Amino acid sequence: MATTLSDSRLTPAWAELAARGRTALIPYLTAGYPSAETSLEALRAAEQDADMIEVGVPFSDPLADGPTIQRSTFEALRQGMTLAGTLELIARAGLRRPVIVFSYLNPILRYGLDRFLRDADALGVAGLLLTDLPAGSDSVVEHAVHASSLDLIRLIAPTTRAERLAAAAQDAEGFVYLVARLGVTGATASLADGLRASIAQVRRATPLPVAVGFGISTPAQAAALAGLADGVVVGSALVDALGARGVAGAAEFLGGLRRALDAPGADR
Amino acid sequence: MQGRFGPYGGRYVPETLVAALDDLTALYDAVRSDPAFWAEYEQLLAEFVGRPSPITEAGRLGAEVGATVVLKREDLNHTGAHKINNTIGQGLLARRMGKRRIIAETGAGQHGVATATVCARFGLDCTVYMGAEDVARQALNVYRMQLLGATVVPVESGTRTLKDATNEALRDWVTNVPTTHYIIGSVVGPDPYPRMVRDFQSVIGREARAQVTGRYGRLPSAVVACVGGGSNAMGIFAGFLDDSSVRLVGVEAAGEGLGSGRHSATLSAGAPGVLHGSLSYLLQDADGQVAPAHSVSAGLDYPGVGPEHSWLRDTGRVAYESATDAEALAAFQTVCRLEGIIPALETAHAFAYVRRMAGRWPPDALVLVCLSGRGDKDVAHVAALLGGPA
Repeated sequence: MATTLSDSRLTPAWAELAARGRTALIPYLTAGYPSAETSLEALRAAEQDADMIEVGVPFSDPLADGPTIQRSTFEALRQGMTLAGTLELIARAGLRRPVIVFSYLNPILRYGLDRFLRDADALGVAGLLLTDLPAGSDSVVEHAVHASSLDLIRLIAPTTRAERLAAAAQDAEGFVYLVARLGVTGATASLADGLRASIAQVRRATPLPVAVGFGISTPAQAAALAGLADGVVVGSALVDALGARGVAGAAEFLGGLRRALDAPGADR
Repeated sequence: MQGRFGPYGGRYVPETLVAALDDLTALYDAVRSDPAFWAEYEQLLAEFVGRPSPITEAGRLGAEVGATVVLKREDLNHTGAHKINNTIGQGLLARRMGKRRIIAETGAGQHGVATATVCARFGLDCTVYMGAEDVARQALNVYRMQLLGATVVPVESGTRTLKDATNEALRDWVTNVPTTHYIIGSVVGPDPYPRMVRDFQSVIGREARAQVTGRYGRLPSAVVACVGGGSNAMGIFAGFLDDSSVRLVGVEAAGEGLGSGRHSATLSAGAPGVLHGSLSYLLQDADGQVAPAHSVSAGLDYPGVGPEHSWLRDTGRVAYESATDAEALAAFQTVCRLEGIIPALETAHAFAYVRRMAGRWPPDALVLVCLSGRGDKDVAHVAALLGGPA
């Protein structure tokens, strides 16, 4: 890979978190949901309790997403949100926390991969997570992202086998995103039993921080991951809160997760 | 690179599915040289599907267009279309993998029926995803699938057609992948599906080549097939790709016209992009959002196309044309009246091209048309469109 650890915009953030013994809270928000303006407010409000922020690019065919993110995606698209609009939103939000763009590949290909990487770099975007680009699937795209200042965040699934995990972890940057369970995005009542073992397996494959996502929806789930994972990603439950109770409701929901992650004893 | 046709194809899927695709690829690559697998496949094609399907000379249609027109009768297969050639093959693979649950997407319902049929025969649990729009358009096929023991799930998201049914099937697969095999119905999706489905459908081209040369003592001058995802076309083209004298023509659905924005002519009017696991031509807008497709035939109503077709388009080996809803409906009626065959509305697009070329075929032209399916499923829909009895 072309970038070194010191070029990463995420690595200093992780180092600071480690120094403070803090588990990263990484909210996901769909750009343009429930409207462009409210989305902007939600990003700024989320930053209060977040350590990094994932901004989702709406795509017409969100095949890795469950009902909540699908709904938010279709509503954002209905109101005209685009990849260009997402970048504009990020620019206007002026966030201090590192931003990770979460997208399906096609909007980025259509926008122009090099143009996207250039524009995202200019905005200070720290990382890129591509739902439908598993490791090794497109060397042209993967090389371009590696050569850019953006970290290429790799997803690791419960089905990822040891030899593949080793290869994927090799070229991962920023952190590894561990998918907590089989299935699409969406809130679930309980976390999978094998999660602790999965985290340990990823740690054996890479020194990079490990963030866990998919299905995390309650303070108790967040607390269970504190100290076990380096970061917790919360998407659908947050988008639900935003849709139902607005920016204040979303901020309150994140505050609850933050307290759970920070509570003494939460790391056991 | 394996699984690519030129730049097209590949495996653009969520990480969760990669292990299952690795397993499927390994198994498929192993059975390709396993005579026992193919013996069982061919026995089922002979005794359950009724292959080889015959060729039929369409004398009156030929006289109208000024060519010898020969039909490859996939409409005579059990379940009424070419789709079962693929579902038998994938059903056998699922059985070898020990997967007892099958999922599928369907547009017109032909692939859903073919999947439900194989699941009933093999004793497998079957769930078929179908756009809510198509459930309404193809009520007869929905009931056929239910009779065969399948669960049909109407998909309400997005454009409520084949594209969204495919999204929903992929979501199911990501969730249930350890127990479930996804029988994709066309030469689309991530590797190994496009080449695997082509191989299962290539029986069409192999048989047709032997039948035509046996009967007429020469190769056809042209082979014409309709293209949605493109599996019947890849199946018949596969028999003739190396015969440079044979002109290959794929006919896409031009809907209300290429200029109307309401069509499914991906190769004629699309641009390369990624959908449903592969890089291929795609109907999309300036922001990379997939554009809604339209066709009078549910089976062609899809904004993507198989990646091998994209490559054959770019290399020029296959010419891709299109036919409108109106041309397809006219051809549908013509074939009914001239040949005593009710073709599927999908297939009617291929006939529309053959008719458009009337008077322009070379004097001794021998035109082979893939009659991919029968049109019983379309009768109520056509009656509504033409004002006949409902």
